[in-house]
Amino acid sequence: MENSKDYKKRIKRHTPKSPIFKDCLLAFVFGGAISAIGEILASLYIYFGAEEQTSYTLVTVTLIFVSALLTGLGVFDNIARYAGAGTLVPVTGFANSVVSSAIDTKAEGLILGVGSKIFTVAGPVILYAILSGSILGVIYYFVTLFS
Amino acid sequence: MDLFKLLMAFLIGGLICVVAQLLIDLTRLTPARILVLYVCFGVFLGGVGLYTPLFDLAGAGASVPLIGFGANVAKGVMESVDENGLLGSLMGPFTASAVGCSSALIFGYLAALIFKSKSKRT
Repeated sequence: MENSKDYKKRIKRHTPKSPIFKDCLLAFVFGGAISAIGEILASLYIYFGAEEQTSYTLVTVTLIFVSALLTGLGVFDNIARYAGAGTLVPVTGFANSVVSSAIDTKAEGLILGVGSKIFTVAGPVILYAILSGSILGVIYYFVTLFS
Repeated sequence: MDLFKLLMAFLIGGLICVVAQLLIDLTRLTPARILVLYVCFGVFLGGVGLYTPLFDLAGAGASVPLIGFGANVAKGVMESVDENGLLGSLMGPFTASAVGCSSALIFGYLAALIFKSKSKRT
C-alpha cells in the first residue's frame, strides 16, 4: 500500500502538463478572430440595410449555422483541439455542443435519442440563462417600483 | 467599416476567451460549466448596465462570446418587465433567448438528420 503522499505525487507525474501560455495565445487568436469575423459580418448586414440590433442577431444565427455545418462535417473538433476556449466561449461553442450531442445520439432514435440528448449541454445553458434572467427580472421590478 | 471597432472586437473577444482558457487550465472547470458561468455572468453584466458600454466599444467582441447571449436575456427581461410588470420576469427570458436557442436546436436537428457521427466526444 502506498501512502496518500506518494499517490498524489504519482497522480501529478501522470497528469499531462498544460502549456498555459500557448493555450491562452491560441484562445486569444481564435476567439478574437471569430469575434472580428462577427464584426465584419455585422457591418456587411448593416450595409445591406439591416438595423444595427438585427444585424448582430443575424451574426449569431450565421455563426451558429456555420458551427453546425463544420460540426457535421467533422471539421469543428479539429479546430477546437487547438483553439480551446477560443471556439468554446463564442456562440460557436454553444452551437457545437448542441449539434454534436444531436449527431452522436442519432443511433438512439429521433425522439428519445436526438430529442432528449440534444439538450445535454443546451439544457444547462438555457436553464441557467432563464433562471438568472428571471431573478434579474424580479429584482429589476422591485428596484423600479421603489425608485 | 469601422477599423477601430474591428480591432476592439478582436481584442475584447480574444481576451474574454483567454479568461475562459485560464479557468479551464487552472481550475479544471468543464466546458459545460464555463458556458453556464459565462451566460450567467452576461446576465449580471446586462443587469448592472456594464454590457452596453462594452458592446458600444467592441461590437461583436462583446455579442459573439456567450456573455452576449446572457446580456441579451437581461436586456429582454428588463424591457419585458417595463411592459408587463412582474409577469415580464417570466416572459422576458424565453423571448430574449429565442433566436439563439431555436437556431442552435433547429440547425442541430437538421445536422443530426444529414450527418453521421464521426468522433466520440462528451
